[in-house]
Amino acid sequence: MKMLLVAEYRDGKLLGSINELLGFAAGMAAEVAVFLVGKDDTLPKFAGRLYLAEVEKHLEYNPDGHKALLLQAVEKEEPDLIVFSHSSYGWDLAPRLAFALGASQISEVVAVEGGGFIVPACNAKLRRQVKSLTKGTVLTLQVGAFPAADNSDTPPTVVPIDTDAAPLVRFQGYEAAAEGGVDLTKAGVIVSAGRGIGKPENVAIIAALAAALGGEYGASRPVVDAQWVEHNRQVGTTGQSVTPKLYVACGISGAIQHLAGMKKSEFIVAVNTDRDAPIGEIADVLVVADLKQFIPALTEKIRSL
Amino acid sequence: MKILVCMKQVPDMESKFKLSPGALWYDTADLAWRMNEYDEYAVEQAVRLKEQVGSGDITVLSIGPDRIKETMKKALAMGCDRGVQVADDAAMAKDPLAIAGIIAEYARSRDFSCIFTGMQSQDRGSGQVGPLLAEMLGLPCVTTIVDFAYNAGEYLVKRELEGGVRAIVKVKGPAVFTCQLGLNTPRYPTLPNIMKAKKKELLTVPVAELQKLAGQQETTRIFFPEKKGGGLVLEGEIGALADQLIAILKDKTSVLA
Ligand SMILES: Cc1cc2nc3c(=O)[nH]c(=O)nc-3n(C[C@H](O)[C@H](O)[C@H](O)COP(=O)(O)OP(=O)(O)OC[C@H]3O[C@@H](n4cnc5c(N)ncnc54)[C@H](O)[C@@H]3O)c2cc1C
Repeated sequence: MKMLLVAEYRDGKLLGSINELLGFAAGMAAEVAVFLVGKDDTLPKFAGRLYLAEVEKHLEYNPDGHKALLLQAVEKEEPDLIVFSHSSYGWDLAPRLAFALGASQISEVVAVEGGGFIVPACNAKLRRQVKSLTKGTVLTLQVGAFPAADNSDTPPTVVPIDTDAAPLVRFQGYEAAAEGGVDLTKAGVIVSAGRGIGKPENVAIIAALAAALGGEYGASRPVVDAQWVEHNRQVGTTGQSVTPKLYVACGISGAIQHLAGMKKSEFIVAVNTDRDAPIGEIADVLVVADLKQFIPALTEKIRSL
Repeated sequence: MKILVCMKQVPDMESKFKLSPGALWYDTADLAWRMNEYDEYAVEQAVRLKEQVGSGDITVLSIGPDRIKETMKKALAMGCDRGVQVADDAAMAKDPLAIAGIIAEYARSRDFSCIFTGMQSQDRGSGQVGPLLAEMLGLPCVTTIVDFAYNAGEYLVKRELEGGVRAIVKVKGPAVFTCQLGLNTPRYPTLPNIMKAKKKELLTVPVAELQKLAGQQETTRIFFPEKKGGGLVLEGEIGALADQLIAILKDKTSVLA
């Protein structure tokens, strides 16, 4: 089994996701090569060939150029699997490469089983086993699904690659996430509001419980997108990552992108009307109840302790 | 300006799913259906673009059985001009390549200046159809956009990265964009617009006319994730539940100490 792993470079840094890809490859005892558009002062550590293209020339976001570069590495390596992280870089580039190769792409793999790949469906309520019908296959791996490999001491053998393929889109630079306001990462208790709160007025119910517990309130993405709560209170992959002593998820289904931001909390309570909500998988306690009744009742009792 | 929006009908994710092992997917009986959440942003952005340029023509395309027409009518009531249902009872068994191939076949000769899709569907979640479609049509594509501006044939968009950072990208049209949650605030169709939508064109094209590509992957099993257990499930009367939870918090955490 031969794999080509695609490392990522952002804002002048090599991202740690490559270690999960190396861990995945090690789990399958695969021979690996790595592809990176980056710089030679921050290289991933592994024993094998590293196909390296200069980031100054090819930029951090330039899918058409990166695809052309990847095709060169694939031609030389002829890998069985080409593996990306299921990240904003990976899900953007992987389908383009797969199409150019005539290979199938399987998205957000969480496990390998019985000659197929396991992927989530329906907000993690279901799983599918998927088999590729093409010779080579492109995968994106769910972030956190595979253990990171121990860093090897061996530096890779660098194989420089280059292309003059013209970019179809023009990357202009980054805009930082909105900052300021509350710092959720310092809160000992976080009570978060999800879409299940139903209307903006109900943010107050959640904030009241947070106050009674001496903590802060947070939110899932739809509540922030609807502008019921400001962005710096959003928990998840595109918000904050938090590790409070207690996290109370109210009316939050438990999508992977939300879990990624709070699953390391010490104790997790979920309040949800849906007994099968995926949040139940990681909650220490799932209270099956309507939050609009349960949260005020709980707040009242805690205040009078 | 001709605009295409690709839309999928999906079940409400709060549904109690049952499996259909024969179909290797969920059982479609007794589900409430709605517009894929990501596609609501796509429809809204298309309508805003048309409003901005002052003229234009929006086609909303969806692939599936007759029940998808209900959801297509919502897109028409939001402001799309015409619907194209690619009639396909087997749509849910198709992989992203086959789906993108059908859309590409429809779009190829029609000169769309701008194509919007959701960044992924809520049920399959592959996130491939938009970029595959762009590759098939030879168009530039930016995925996961949370900001969109159009000016004189050029688009200035922001794509969302981990941690809420955004990458700013310029593209000359025609182009494909996949829409992320929060891109805009999708409008609710008003009653007059719902009435108007009833008179809008809703064409049906048999899938056989558009499907040229076979799929490249197959689902071999569908199952529920194994419950890892450990977590306690509390059910019952509200007051008693609150007392139980307080007792647990006192016992297992220091937050009530
Ligand atoms: C690239 C990407 C990045 C993302 N980043 C983030 C992120 O950083 N953070 C984030 O949160 N999401 C993120 N998302 C979105 C994520 O996939 C989910 O859509 C989102 O987390 C869902 O939020 P929710 O659980 O509040 O809403 P839903 O999934 O709609 O769940 C609502 C829940 O409320 C329950 N409910 C309804 N009524 C009641 C009631 N009266 N009482 C109790 N419970 C009730 C329902 O049973 C349901 O479980 C991202 C998605 C993508 C694709």
